Amino acid sequence: MSVPDLRERSNKTARYVWSAIGVGFTLLCILLAAGALLAILGYVTVQGISSVNWAFVTELPRPVGVTGGGVANGIVGSIIIVGIATVIAVPIGVLTGVYLALFGRGVFAETLRLLSDVLAGLPSIAIGLFAYTLFVAPFKQFSAFSASIAFAVIMLPLIIRTSEEAIRGVPRTVREAGFALGLSRYATTMKIVVPAARGAILTAILLGIARVTGETAPLLFTAFGSQFWEINPFHPMAELSLQVFTYAISPYDDWHRQAWAGALLLTIAVFIINLLARFALSFSKR
Amino acid sequence: MSAQTDLDSLDASEAKSQVETRSLSIYYRGKKLAVSDVSIAFPRNTITALIGPSGAGKSTLLRALNRIHELGDGASVEGEVLLDGVDIYGPGADPVLVRQRIGMVFQQATPFPTMSILDNVTAGLRLRGALRTGSKPIEIAEKALRQAALWGEVKDVLHRNGASLSGGQQQRLCIARALAVEPEVLLLDEATSALDPISTLQIEDLMRQLVEKYTIIAVTHNMQQAARVSDFTAFLLGDEQGVGRLIELAPTNTIFTKPADKRTEGYITGRFG
Repeated sequence: MSVPDLRERSNKTARYVWSAIGVGFTLLCILLAAGALLAILGYVTVQGISSVNWAFVTELPRPVGVTGGGVANGIVGSIIIVGIATVIAVPIGVLTGVYLALFGRGVFAETLRLLSDVLAGLPSIAIGLFAYTLFVAPFKQFSAFSASIAFAVIMLPLIIRTSEEAIRGVPRTVREAGFALGLSRYATTMKIVVPAARGAILTAILLGIARVTGETAPLLFTAFGSQFWEINPFHPMAELSLQVFTYAISPYDDWHRQAWAGALLLTIAVFIINLLARFALSFSKR
Repeated sequence: MSAQTDLDSLDASEAKSQVETRSLSIYYRGKKLAVSDVSIAFPRNTITALIGPSGAGKSTLLRALNRIHELGDGASVEGEVLLDGVDIYGPGADPVLVRQRIGMVFQQATPFPTMSILDNVTAGLRLRGALRTGSKPIEIAEKALRQAALWGEVKDVLHRNGASLSGGQQQRLCIARALAVEPEVLLLDEATSALDPISTLQIEDLMRQLVEKYTIIAVTHNMQQAARVSDFTAFLLGDEQGVGRLIELAPTNTIFTKPADKRTEGYITGRFG
């Protein structure tokens, strides 16, 4: 066995140079990543802030050519569509996560994990087409509900895999302690293990909500959009990101301003949801 | 030590045993034998210590006594475990009901993370809907916490999270939680090995008090502990294949003063393990 020559490693200058290059490159990458994010946030804020006012968030859109108006129906529509999607996706997603974490072994569970990962990578417009085929075409009616289905499908893989990880994070000893008290599998799982992971599960749900809040593509042929107040989920409904899209591709300056303002509102909403998610996670770790 | 002296004259096989294993063999996943052919009678209202080096199958044996073992993949047993003469692995035996009668405390204190001290103690009854209407959770908790010698320290902070307690307190909380479901047998799986000496002595005192009402079976790495608290001691040893076997079972004083088997003597005098 050869003895390593320690003197060879004493070339300090070369090591310092490489270290400086490494640190410098890392900093550059950070600047590129954070810089792009800050540039987007800054640009959206600068462009949108002047058009965000009380009327914008409380009034209905005005007809084409009439200046002013707001996106109140889109804000409400977003909340309804995302809300229904959450109600659909959460129980399915969390319970699937529980299954995969605690009982998921063998081919079936592995297939489920693979499908979930594939689903996470599907383009959202493809998921929108799926919702269109199943829930729009047969009824010959665009609807907020079909948009919620599309959103739920987009949220599912995120909630499934994050819940699975969250449940796995609960020590096996806690689970065994539940069984040792003479509790059934159901009581141990639902009343001890799942609550123990509730912070991380809540984070997963919030991240799922944040993910779909910015989605537009599936809405084009599901919710479709509306100029009017519409709160019936089985009718076409306005949605904020869809309004941003419609306004942005229009030829009118006033609509362009409103598109920026809408984009700013969406950005703020996603930002707040992400903050809540962080808060939920840190709260659960206490 | 007086309890032990009295029991010196008592032969393990003569006392009416509450738990008894008959030719019990325990397997891990894939039919891998872990413990082979163990027959032990655990007399009512006694403490039996299971001692032996790592890999002797002590914990595996203990975990087979309340069917926690079978929660592992593909784990299984052969032979019988009798609770008051009824095989807990027999046809129709419900592991959930078995565990309600045979409580267990683990090496690591495991207060349920999202629950207060009060909710932890009553969890066993509450979560299976067995809190009778009209019964006060606080009274059930007080009784169990008093039995676990923890009431005085926590009576003013019952609504704090269980994890806010010290390690020794958490372990006594887990004992209180196990007692609150009113089991008949208590299994302790190295319940003091993660604790400081003072907490350990507190729990040992507690075991001597609890044995008046319960039958206690305790796995311990600590031979002094076995000598201090137990009435009977079973020495287990693993062979080269990792299969644990019962080498010797006797009243504790006998095991520690005149062990019948050379291997027992070697272990308790510190020559191996």
